[in-house]
Amino acid sequence: MRIGVVTFPGSLDDTDAARAVRYAGAEPARLWHADRDLRGVDAVILPGGFSYGDYLRCGAIARFSPVMAELVPAARAGLPVLGICNGFQILCEAHLLPGALTRNAGLRFIHANVRLTVSNVRTPWTEGFTGAELLTVPVKNGEGAFVADEATLDELERSGRVVVRYADGAPNGSARDIAGICNAEGNVFGLMPHPEHAIDPLTGPSSDGLGFFTSVVHALGRVRLGARA
Amino acid sequence: MSGEDTVEVAAATPDTQQPYKELGLTTDEYQKVRDILGRRPTAAELALYSVMWSEHCSYKSSKVHLRNLAPNADQAQYLLAGIGANAGVVDIGQGYAVTFKIESHNHPSFVEPHQGAATGIGGIVRDILAMGARPVAVMDALRFGPADAHDTARVLPGVVSGISFYGNCLGLPNIGGELAFDPSYAGNPLVNALCVGVMRHDDLKAAVAHGLGNKVILFGSRTGPDGVGGASVLASATFGDDGGKSAKRPSVQVGDPFMEKLLVECCLELYAADLVEGIQDLGAAGVACATTELSAGGDGGMFVDMDAIPLRDPSLTPAEILMSESQERMMAVVKPERVAAFMAICRKWDVEATVIGEVTGDGLLTMTWRGGTVVEIPPRTAADGPVYQRPFARPEGLDALQADGPERLARPADGPALRGTLLSLLGSPGLADKRWVTQQYDSLVRGNTVLAMPEDGGLVRVAEETGLGIALATDGNGRYCTLDPYQGTKLALAEAYRNVAMTGAVPIAVTNCLNFGSPEDPAVMWQLAEAVRGLADGCKSLGIPVTGGNVSLYNQTGATAIHPTPVIGVLGVHDDVRKRLGAGFGVEGAEVVLLGTTRDEFGGSAWAEVAHRHHGGRPPAVDLDAERRLATLIVAAASAGLLASAHDLSDGGLAIALAEACLHGGRGCAVVLPGDWFTALFSESAGRALVSVVPGREKEFAALSADHDVPATVLGVAVGDTLTVEGAFAISLPELESAWTATLPAIFG
Repeated sequence: MRIGVVTFPGSLDDTDAARAVRYAGAEPARLWHADRDLRGVDAVILPGGFSYGDYLRCGAIARFSPVMAELVPAARAGLPVLGICNGFQILCEAHLLPGALTRNAGLRFIHANVRLTVSNVRTPWTEGFTGAELLTVPVKNGEGAFVADEATLDELERSGRVVVRYADGAPNGSARDIAGICNAEGNVFGLMPHPEHAIDPLTGPSSDGLGFFTSVVHALGRVRLGARA
Repeated sequence: MSGEDTVEVAAATPDTQQPYKELGLTTDEYQKVRDILGRRPTAAELALYSVMWSEHCSYKSSKVHLRNLAPNADQAQYLLAGIGANAGVVDIGQGYAVTFKIESHNHPSFVEPHQGAATGIGGIVRDILAMGARPVAVMDALRFGPADAHDTARVLPGVVSGISFYGNCLGLPNIGGELAFDPSYAGNPLVNALCVGVMRHDDLKAAVAHGLGNKVILFGSRTGPDGVGGASVLASATFGDDGGKSAKRPSVQVGDPFMEKLLVECCLELYAADLVEGIQDLGAAGVACATTELSAGGDGGMFVDMDAIPLRDPSLTPAEILMSESQERMMAVVKPERVAAFMAICRKWDVEATVIGEVTGDGLLTMTWRGGTVVEIPPRTAADGPVYQRPFARPEGLDALQADGPERLARPADGPALRGTLLSLLGSPGLADKRWVTQQYDSLVRGNTVLAMPEDGGLVRVAEETGLGIALATDGNGRYCTLDPYQGTKLALAEAYRNVAMTGAVPIAVTNCLNFGSPEDPAVMWQLAEAVRGLADGCKSLGIPVTGGNVSLYNQTGATAIHPTPVIGVLGVHDDVRKRLGAGFGVEGAEVVLLGTTRDEFGGSAWAEVAHRHHGGRPPAVDLDAERRLATLIVAAASAGLLASAHDLSDGGLAIALAEACLHGGRGCAVVLPGDWFTALFSESAGRALVSVVPGREKEFAALSADHDVPATVLGVAVGDTLTVEGAFAISLPELESAWTATLPAIFG
């Protein structure tokens, strides 16, 4: 099983996302922004960082990169895609997810450990959770306040597309304490916190984030078994 | 011809008046340039010599003293490259080498805090990159005026946002540093940035231009008018009474961390493909410094076609091009047959690269511009620079200052007074929770950070397979150094050494950033000489080398210099980061033990400062043999799995160490203090640590302490949710926490 990790110019947490894939038991495959090629991977992660220097707007330039021209239709066709932090911003800019990420309340970069609840365990990225967990995962961003119009927020809530939520209140002013959302089909998931930095208590606050990666590995394994049967 | 000041024009017009004073050269230095060249310099040559001979680039005032730092054979056992290279390189085993260095960006950070601090990070990262290493972490040692001073509200948030912006966007974890406040830094904040990089032994690169016909390639950002004269005008002179804000603002550079990230990845790919013969970063003095140092370090000469240099502003003169400190630029020497491959990798990373010259055989650095020769010099004459034996003299008021000891100060006499003293120290800006600052830094990126602030030292994993890692800490105490720069520097070294050992790592190398006032003041020169002597003696005692560093002089406003502030960085090797120790009481029921000897030592202490605004007497004694034994004990105990935590004692003594161990671990403790409570709690005797022992291993640890000849006093046990000093006072964790956390947010918002 191969999970692609895209490197844009300015991607920073790409090595970390690849390590998380490895810890979850899958093979990471590095994808390059300038290649219109997903190399046949089973899922894709858009990692954190400052793609293209975050010039113009976070994710606004990455959205137009050649690899995205392949990724967008593949995601619409059901390929599991995870966007972490800058990756979430790119998914919003690419309109694979609704809403946008804006400057943190307080206007400063915030690095802190936060507690998350998982409110949708039916996506391929969260199916390993029960929904009762309190996950300790770090956030680290300057523009992490999720915003959308009220109707969109209501629709996200109603349809269960708020996947993870800040349990103790959003540190960054995110609407309705939303930490991450998915598309209607559930295969495209973006979140601001960094689960790839919570895969080992040695180097992060917990190993709670590993569940997102093992979830997709299990989900993909089941799909494969189904295909063989 | 453009009418430019060429070598021919200069030779024909010896009497032309030149603005050498405005560029920072003395009349004697200007005459020396004329003697070297046998004519007056061209405008471009004058610019080149002025920046190369600036205090910042030439170390002309400090060089005679820095020679004392050369390591002996005992100290040099792990050294692969030392002082003189862009950064020192040490062997850490398993085929890995580490390079690290700390550098100041004090003056720019005062003039324009955000960009000044940001480009401080950018500059030190390129130094590490130029050694062939992948930069893996940064640290920042910051000192400001009083926390509640008007200008600190401008400088501190700007500096922190600059470091946050640049470091975070570059993808380097910030794993620690310092934050201190003192009135002496009000007009001269200290912004010292450290970077550490990792490479394989074979990857070591040198800043030399060898090989006749090899091409010289400038790559990265284009050259613009920013930072012209930063090294000579800004960093090598005292701010005037207007603080220099108006006149010197254009001398500050502007940083683009995105370009730096591309440059890092591009360079590492160029190294991996073995396309680089020599490499130099462009920092202070820009193209002038890079071309001079590359050619001076090589065996031939260098020709540079200045018309080929890509410019952001076509109106720049040759002198300005040479002096520009535009950021995110590197210069490489490349074999002609490898230029195409070099360019292909630069294109992949969208990094502009241009062949601007080649290595020649005539021993000269020659540059042409619009058809005329504007530079023709022997490069070593610019690279080596003058050396001054500046007069130095013990400061006049020092005897009186040392005589005014803390003995006369009123001491808290009972439990409630001791309790109040602890809380007021814990809430003082220098000791309070620093999360207002550190929350703005990414400490996790790259996924190898094992320890970061507020731990005693940062710890980064180097090899995932074996657990090999490196630990780093920086320390400095300007208040101690004013009282006694020799001893104060040894104390800073001892503290950084101890902090590294607290993680379980073996300290192996030292870097330093020497922040002082004007070298033209004999009292300041005496402080510098004493500090360097203290560092040299201290490192010899500890058996570890100084691998490099940086000197920042002219940190003064008018006639008032800063506290002499040598900031010492120590690097350690950790055999297995999975056995790291944190400072917090992590295990319920663990025995709490104080290691080392406590004496009545309050000169320059946090207590004297916070409780009495007193600064006088002598700093604590320092016993480096005892420090070495303590460090060896901690490393052995960590390796054997005997310890649950280890925390060094420094500012605020045992009281602050206990409070921090409780706060970091989220667990209280109950302790009995030996001897006089006040001395036990607040003395700042060096060579001490607070540890908690894994339950069941107490006897083994006691025996190991005795083996290492380290005095160990059992104080009590880590337990519950209250810090209790039996018979004296108790403070609940929430009360401790609110005293600790409220201060900086209340000041900075």
